[in-house]
Amino acid sequence: MSLPFSAQLLVRLLLFPGILFAVPAGWLCIWGEQAAVARMQRRIGPPLLAPFFDLIKLLGKRVPARHGLEAGLLRLYPVCSVFSLAAALALLPVFPETAHGFPMDGLLLVALLELPSVLFLLAGFTSGSVYAETSALREAILTLLNDSVFLLAFITLAITARSLHIAAMAAPARNPGHWIAVLAILFCLPVRLRLNPFSTAAGERETHAGPLSDYAGTALGLWETACALEWVALTGLVAVLVLPASGAWWIHALLFLALILTQVLLLAALAAGTARFTLEQSIGFYARWVAALLAIASFAGIWLRVRL
Amino acid sequence: MRIWDRLMHLARRRSPRLCHLNSGSCNGCDIELLSCFSPRYDIEQLGVRVEGNPRHADVLCVTGPVTRNTVGAVKEAWSEICEPRAVVALGSCTASANVFAGSPTIAGPVSRHIPVDIYVPGCPPHPDAIIDGITRAAQILADRGVPAGLQPDRHAPAAEQGIQP
Repeated sequence: MSLPFSAQLLVRLLLFPGILFAVPAGWLCIWGEQAAVARMQRRIGPPLLAPFFDLIKLLGKRVPARHGLEAGLLRLYPVCSVFSLAAALALLPVFPETAHGFPMDGLLLVALLELPSVLFLLAGFTSGSVYAETSALREAILTLLNDSVFLLAFITLAITARSLHIAAMAAPARNPGHWIAVLAILFCLPVRLRLNPFSTAAGERETHAGPLSDYAGTALGLWETACALEWVALTGLVAVLVLPASGAWWIHALLFLALILTQVLLLAALAAGTARFTLEQSIGFYARWVAALLAIASFAGIWLRVRL
Repeated sequence: MRIWDRLMHLARRRSPRLCHLNSGSCNGCDIELLSCFSPRYDIEQLGVRVEGNPRHADVLCVTGPVTRNTVGAVKEAWSEICEPRAVVALGSCTASANVFAGSPTIAGPVSRHIPVDIYVPGCPPHPDAIIDGITRAAQILADRGVPAGLQPDRHAPAAEQGIQP
């Protein structure tokens, strides 16, 4: 790739792995998860184009107008989420051999990945609906637990790679600390994607739609698009961290897709095979297992750094 | 019909989201509605999904006669669903209050409070009949979104509607 940096960034933002690729891929992930769960329950499951039809249908809904600052904010949150995730996708080094990104772009990537979950909570608290606020509170507790683990995993990756450059973190010189951190990020995915057994807030969603209770029409469609992008961005991050170092660009692209689909199947199996945790059980799980895992990873990272 | 209208028509027909509301049912119809989502009937393969929130739904599925306590809930749930929307009344109780007719706790059949598009008869109705009712409601939903004058004529002969014999 001999394109200038700005052109490369534009291609990454708009084409691959940006919006043009990620939105259909996200729909495929959502459909894949639902279809895999359905197959495990001996059902056929939803049609392939169901997420696409959902979005089109929502665009055609006639929603009563809301006015004022609150209405503007409620419209702004999903738009920001979509752009934030598209930008996060553009930063993923899918082709590691090409010159990519800038120093400390890992920090920006984490911020861009974290922003949608914060906006999701804000959407619940801003809406003024008591149902949305209750769900947002439950979601906030889970997000706080999950994000602390996610950030610790990221710090571990940075320590083991001795860099905050995402391409360096995904570089081939990987040690046990790296793999444990990747495993911890994998543990974070069901919470971020609101799947079983960490779908505690979905217990509220099944009765009144969670923090998005007050959303309808185009804004809800944008949230669903953000959800699709979140699937690709998070599973894509894990894929980038385990991709092999060398090979042709098309092999990398195919492996990237294959790793995303593998994670979708794993998450579907986990969602179908487990019952929902209560909030207390989720906190206990994180405190006992994931935090311990990360403590080991951080220790391994620091030890390796001191030793070498 | 323009391409966008055609696409919208197709999308509304292929992804109806249900909001289930028990307005005073004995739970017979509710159990039959749930069995539509079981592996035997698997209505999800038609793109149908259940939503807990009426704001996210397209079709309101009401079961049971409307009791005095649920009149407000029925009207509110219906008004919360954004246009275009459809209402499916499941079972005999929604149509006539059935054995509960004349009870002082009953505020009449569903149609007295909100407009009903499809009635699915039976006490309780068979899941096949419920699935048929929901797919018809999805068709109504799709037709309702199409601008006036562009709607297909349902009373025209099959060949004119584009249906192959």
